[in-house]
Amino acid sequence: MSAILAIIGRDLRLAARLGGDALTLVLFFVMVGAVVPFAIGPDRVLLAQLAPGIVWIAAFLSMLLGLDRLFRADEDDGSLLLLRHAAIPLEAVVAAKLVAHWLLTALPLVVASPILAVLLAMDQATWVDTVLALLVGTPALTALGTIGAAVTVSLKRGGLLAPVLILPLCIPVLIFGVAAIGAPEGSNAAFLFLSAISLVSVAFCPFAAALALRVSGE
Amino acid sequence: MAPIPPPPPALLMGSDLTLTRGGRTLFEALTVRLGAGEVLVVEGPNGAGKSSLLLTLAGVLHPDSGRVAGAEADAPHLHFLGYGAAVKTRLTVAENLAFWRTMYGPSGIDAAAALDRVGLAHTAELDAGVLSAGQTRRLGLARLLVSRRPVWLLDEPTASLDAAGSRLVAEMIDAHAAQGGGVVVATHEHLPLTANHRSLRLGAPQ
Repeated sequence: MSAILAIIGRDLRLAARLGGDALTLVLFFVMVGAVVPFAIGPDRVLLAQLAPGIVWIAAFLSMLLGLDRLFRADEDDGSLLLLRHAAIPLEAVVAAKLVAHWLLTALPLVVASPILAVLLAMDQATWVDTVLALLVGTPALTALGTIGAAVTVSLKRGGLLAPVLILPLCIPVLIFGVAAIGAPEGSNAAFLFLSAISLVSVAFCPFAAALALRVSGE
Repeated sequence: MAPIPPPPPALLMGSDLTLTRGGRTLFEALTVRLGAGEVLVVEGPNGAGKSSLLLTLAGVLHPDSGRVAGAEADAPHLHFLGYGAAVKTRLTVAENLAFWRTMYGPSGIDAAAALDRVGLAHTAELDAGVLSAGQTRRLGLARLLVSRRPVWLLDEPTASLDAAGSRLVAEMIDAHAAQGGGVVVATHEHLPLTANHRSLRLGAPQ
């Protein structure tokens, strides 16, 4: 357990000292939300209708963009090689990296979501739904992302390959994520589906990603 | 006639290893046995496959044939020191070492003592990014001391080290062997070892 906390603590500390890196993803998230009203015109009713979809697309894209960072730094300086021989299994290492990455790339988006809510003319109830859906759905995106990042970690210029690889797997998250926001009072099936997808992918993806990392040394 | 006693179990056993990379056979049907207290010095020209052999023994590269077995199956049993320093430049020297001590298990000497041993005590609170290449190497050596692992795989441990650093590496290897550990070291430099050591010479690949 202390080893898992050590990885999370180290990644958070590194991100805090590097500063701007985590912020760029948030900026991208806000940017996507900000340009959409320009593209579809100042119709507040239409904007409010589209808002859940736009927020999810913005979150989706910025999380995919950040994927390459999951293992890249550890691969480049040789840490990943050593983590294979750590006292905890590689699967646990991946799970710890998953938690740290979620805290660094998904949580800031949730924090920044009020800005998008204002830009997209969301009402307060929709915004609360959006925050809940993002909190529940984004772990699935990070978890699926560990597979993509692990598969492409040995490619020096694999930057955008990981997102392309895992994009099809992420579509259900997007579908149920948007449905969970727009759901009428009393029907929470989409939200439950979203939770199920998150739980399953967080539980299984570290194993798949660890397997990919083990063969990536070839 | 008394029966021959069985040999003590090997710390690390690579049997019948064959590895081909990029169409060239680096080694063929090579058997490596590392017992307690033994040091194996791997020599050979650049490109002979010294690093590949070490990575194979570490289980990172999978040989085309043959297998590698540690003393205890599955239990993490080795330290690897390779070209990647595994040092985060934005963490302090002490933070870097403390991280690896937690990851590999705090079974060795404590971090401050290890830094003192490799001559980095005065840099503990500095960012690891300001260390020279040789000092970064010494930080890697300190990692071997903070967690006890029976097998050390060292790939060019003296790279960018000064004469005193090379002596330090030799002393550390001797001390590890004296405590019943095993070391496989790939090097170009002559290490002044006193421990019982053998040489393994890899030829130019075919």
